[in-house]
Amino acid sequence: MTEIERHSYDVVVIGAGGAGLRAAIEARLQGKKTAIISKSLFGKAHTVMAEGGAAAAMGNVNANDNWMVHFRDTMRGGKFMNSWRMAELHAKEAPERIWELELWGALFDRTKEGKISQRNFGGHEYPRLAHVGDRTGLELIRTAQQKIVALQQEDHAEHGDYEANLKVWAETTVTRLLKDADGKICGVFGYVRETGKFVVFEAPAVVLATGGIGKAFKVTSNSWEYTGDGHALALLAGGTLLNMEFVQFHPTGMVWPPSVKGILVTESVRGDRGVLRNSEGDRFMFDYIPEVFKEQYATSPEEGDRWYDDPDNNKRPPELLPRDEVARAINSEVKAGRGSPHGGVFLTVVDRMPGGAAEIVKRLPSMYHQFKELADVDITKEAMEVGPTCHYVMGGVEVDPDTGAALVPGLFAAGEVSGGMHGSNRLGGNSLSDLLVFGRRAGLGASEYVDGLEARPAVPEDVVAAATTEALAPFEREDGENPYAVHAELQQTMNTLVGIIRKEGELEEAIAALGKLRERVANVGVDPVAVGDGGRGYHPGWHLALDLRNMLLVSEAVAKAALERQESRGGHTRDDHPGMSAEWRKINLVCSLAGDPSAPHVELRRQPLTPMRTDLLELFENDELKKYLTAEELPGGPAGEAETGEAEADEAEAAAGSGATAAGAAENEEGDR
Amino acid sequence: MSTVEAPAKSRAQIKERTLRKDNWRLYPLTTFVIFTAWVVYATVRAFWGSAFYVPEYHYLTPFYSPCLNDICGNVVGQTGQEGSAAEFGTFLPESTRGWIPFAAISLPFLLLFRLTCYYYRKAYYRSFWASPSACAVREPHGKYTGERRFPLIGQNLHRYFWVAAVLISLINTYDAIRAFHGKDGGFGIGLGTLVLVANVVLLWLYTLSCHSCRHIVGGRLKNFSKHPFRYRMWGWVSAINQRHGMYALITLGSLVVADAYVALVAGGAFSDPRIFN
Amino acid sequence: MSYEAKFKVWRGDDGDGELTDYTVEVNEGEVVLDIIHRLQATQAPDLAVRWNCKAGKCGSCSAEVNGMPRLLCMTRMSTFEPDETVTVTPVRTFPVIRDLVTDVSYNYQKAREIPSFDPGDAKPGELRMQQVDVERSQEFRKCIECFLCQNVCHVIRDHDENKEEYAGPRFLMRIGELEMHPADQADRRNIAQDDHGLGFCNITKCCTEVCPEHIKITDNALIPMKERVVGRKYDPVVWLGSKLGIVKKGQDTPSA
Repeated sequence: MTEIERHSYDVVVIGAGGAGLRAAIEARLQGKKTAIISKSLFGKAHTVMAEGGAAAAMGNVNANDNWMVHFRDTMRGGKFMNSWRMAELHAKEAPERIWELELWGALFDRTKEGKISQRNFGGHEYPRLAHVGDRTGLELIRTAQQKIVALQQEDHAEHGDYEANLKVWAETTVTRLLKDADGKICGVFGYVRETGKFVVFEAPAVVLATGGIGKAFKVTSNSWEYTGDGHALALLAGGTLLNMEFVQFHPTGMVWPPSVKGILVTESVRGDRGVLRNSEGDRFMFDYIPEVFKEQYATSPEEGDRWYDDPDNNKRPPELLPRDEVARAINSEVKAGRGSPHGGVFLTVVDRMPGGAAEIVKRLPSMYHQFKELADVDITKEAMEVGPTCHYVMGGVEVDPDTGAALVPGLFAAGEVSGGMHGSNRLGGNSLSDLLVFGRRAGLGASEYVDGLEARPAVPEDVVAAATTEALAPFEREDGENPYAVHAELQQTMNTLVGIIRKEGELEEAIAALGKLRERVANVGVDPVAVGDGGRGYHPGWHLALDLRNMLLVSEAVAKAALERQESRGGHTRDDHPGMSAEWRKINLVCSLAGDPSAPHVELRRQPLTPMRTDLLELFENDELKKYLTAEELPGGPAGEAETGEAEADEAEAAAGSGATAAGAAENEEGDR
Repeated sequence: MSTVEAPAKSRAQIKERTLRKDNWRLYPLTTFVIFTAWVVYATVRAFWGSAFYVPEYHYLTPFYSPCLNDICGNVVGQTGQEGSAAEFGTFLPESTRGWIPFAAISLPFLLLFRLTCYYYRKAYYRSFWASPSACAVREPHGKYTGERRFPLIGQNLHRYFWVAAVLISLINTYDAIRAFHGKDGGFGIGLGTLVLVANVVLLWLYTLSCHSCRHIVGGRLKNFSKHPFRYRMWGWVSAINQRHGMYALITLGSLVVADAYVALVAGGAFSDPRIFN
Repeated sequence: MSYEAKFKVWRGDDGDGELTDYTVEVNEGEVVLDIIHRLQATQAPDLAVRWNCKAGKCGSCSAEVNGMPRLLCMTRMSTFEPDETVTVTPVRTFPVIRDLVTDVSYNYQKAREIPSFDPGDAKPGELRMQQVDVERSQEFRKCIECFLCQNVCHVIRDHDENKEEYAGPRFLMRIGELEMHPADQADRRNIAQDDHGLGFCNITKCCTEVCPEHIKITDNALIPMKERVVGRKYDPVVWLGSKLGIVKKGQDTPSA
């Protein structure tokens, strides 16, 4: 019988990124005995990759900024699919969260008056992003990490034990959320990576803060941890996922060399005279200007080139089309066999700047260094190879906006793993502030939930036994398949069929392929490692075998939701349904698990979006609302809007939708860059 | 303690002292050779007691400045011209020649300034003490206590030796200005003047790029914004501080060049090419 | 443009182990971590390696390549000759868990012993700091905690017994960061020397040499800290002044 250790906490936080650390800090501040469980070492979370900054309407640079402006920007960015309550809380509370970081030791860049400096970013009306050079995420993680250390020092002074009330379980993976007979969360089951030994954390409240799902895709800017653990754990525990079809892709990620595949190439390269070329040397974007944009974009390279110096009298080059258009064009070129040697296209600034190589280095310093240091490519002499890369998932666990509570009693979620906040598309800079605002709220929500419990739920033996069996299964299968091979195929499937541009046929194909992969995932096997007892210590193959279940579940959720939503909006682009539809805006797609508990499948249901509170709705001009809402939803009702027939209205919406995307392109929702 | 967490472990046992394949011995070896050669040369010259002054042009070697022996007061040049290098008095009797360097006051401080210099410490800890010889190369010592005890705790006095070095650099500057001296007694420039001036400029660069100097002028402040002038000074010192090690090495060379030049001219090996008078 | 490279990788656990030879495919543009992953996928599925972002930003994949402490993801294969044998070993200063993975808990222990940032009674949103005042500490906050400086520092690399008394470059730099933080109220100079072993450092600069973030650890953090400690502990003028009551002595902050 496998020995299983047990530890008891009030709140267990899964994930040690920005949201997880913030949630844990809050739970500890509320007097709860808290554990943070992290797949990596403490302080290595993917949050460190965020560069741009944290959006908060502090008004330090432009005093006109306030939460209402931020709220509007966020709703526009998300194409009105956001949970408006989350967007409201986020806009209102982000400044407090940033200032709080400062008192914990964070050193943001400063304004002349000595306040926190704020920078401009795509989609934000005013300079709003608190930042530290291009390493804001690292600052956020380090600050939260050091705050945790400070709290541990307090506990040490009081109890003589740093870990009396707040402990970080580094390199520990959770494989199951545990529920008692009443259906309440009673703990989590996991293994310590170093030893492979199992451990049960008994806790009445669990906060998911596991981040995203990027590793289900072949080309991603996400790190290995991003296997959708939280999404899958929530599903398996009876929770629901919201709008999983909304996945943010960036059109230009590095595709080569392999070591850096997926890492972002900032859009300012294209804003700074960078051009896209195919293997034949053609500046192909001129062939891909859609009808609706013909007016705004240059038709010849000469005209496009004049725009950089004289944007008022010339039309912009098509390299600066909305990101989905650029991505679509790159996709088509590669599919037509005109891609670069490594499956992307060429993006080059060589000989494009009047100041030559020196100007390239001056204008694009971080890109120059990124390519020089990581890839040994000198972008002043060579072209970059780029292609779309998976960046962020807007969809996630359906939660109560105020407390982060999921549908399962005792389960909470915050950060990228939770859904709703960003609607169909996230604005750059909103993710770091999201982590802080909702990390804190989830920690608070979990603490209040624990306070309100009459009795602590006990962990039933049978669920622990079931989790153990499941975790050990890859060792039991003789001649099991190599998990690496299955993972590679899963990534390939998602990348080609559920990627940035989606079609009904391909999505159906993907769902079929995922069905086959499900059988293969159920049949992966690993051998024990040669050393250590149990042969499970630091066993990368085994870890992947267990993570595959999660990636498969989220992949199914994404693919099914993407097939269902017959419109293009934000992070969901349907080639066969190019317009944005106000009718579809009213619908949230909710995933849950159904069928045999031992081999469940993802089930999809439509759920109406809660109409926005009137006072929030009034923050917008009616003309703008018309782009997104149906006539019935507009303040004052459909009066005066009713003369057009429904079909025509839909078409009008579609056209308006494209217009909005064009506006979005100018705003340039750039993810973290 | 819980059992799921890892038990105590030991480090990877790798018997090789290092697995480095690059030529890591080059740095400590060259440093060792250069420093040893310099110390030998400087010792010999410091106790030599002649060929230190060219009275015709007022060339005084930095190794003898300030020149405090009675002999400094009356030096006869190759052309028979007499002159004095004793600008700061002569309180060392002639009999101490060969036992006490003529620059008995300045040399110990200059030596201590360089000995406690953050660059030199790195260089000789690596090349003379092998602690460590190079990064990731195991050092041969069984114990290591660092700069926490006598005598190495004395390294913390660097800033006082720096003050002394500034004073001595002022004297060297004075010497260099005196060296603008022509045959006819008025203004003149020879190659020797340029050598001495170049040496002094480099000495200033070395002295002012010192880490202690950087601390004193502004580094010790918590808020630069409240002291804009000291912040600017700190900026200048920081800029040259990045090459402190380079200046330390160059001045070793320039001192030898200046001294050897003066010695050769004073000894009559060749005559100073004159540029002006 | 691919070739077969010769690799020697240290395999083993709990100290016992040996260099194992591998011949493995290398493609253009790859880094050492790619090759380790290829070994995992093709020849040694249980080869343990710690990694995360693969972009030089998280500091997880610290190891030693040809004897030098490096991030595996930042060591390009193009820096080696195709016929050169590349040796990959775990960092030497920390106990090995398995293969290339080491137990770096020493660092987390040290982090806890340094008194945290102390803003006094500042209120949220009221701090005013000038850019010139935050820049020094910002440089140190670029640290990705790869612990290569800790690994290379001979004070503990070659003398395990010093671990007790020595916090290592990363955490002495952390003290420097807090000392130069314009809003911090504590005085950690005394403990820097007495509790965290600043005096062990003999400024041989290996920490700076191996830092993947190119932080000037020695010149900008350790030496300035040494100078500050001199001002607090070894300056005879200050000492005399405080004896005579001219110089006011501040409050030393104790270790946490």
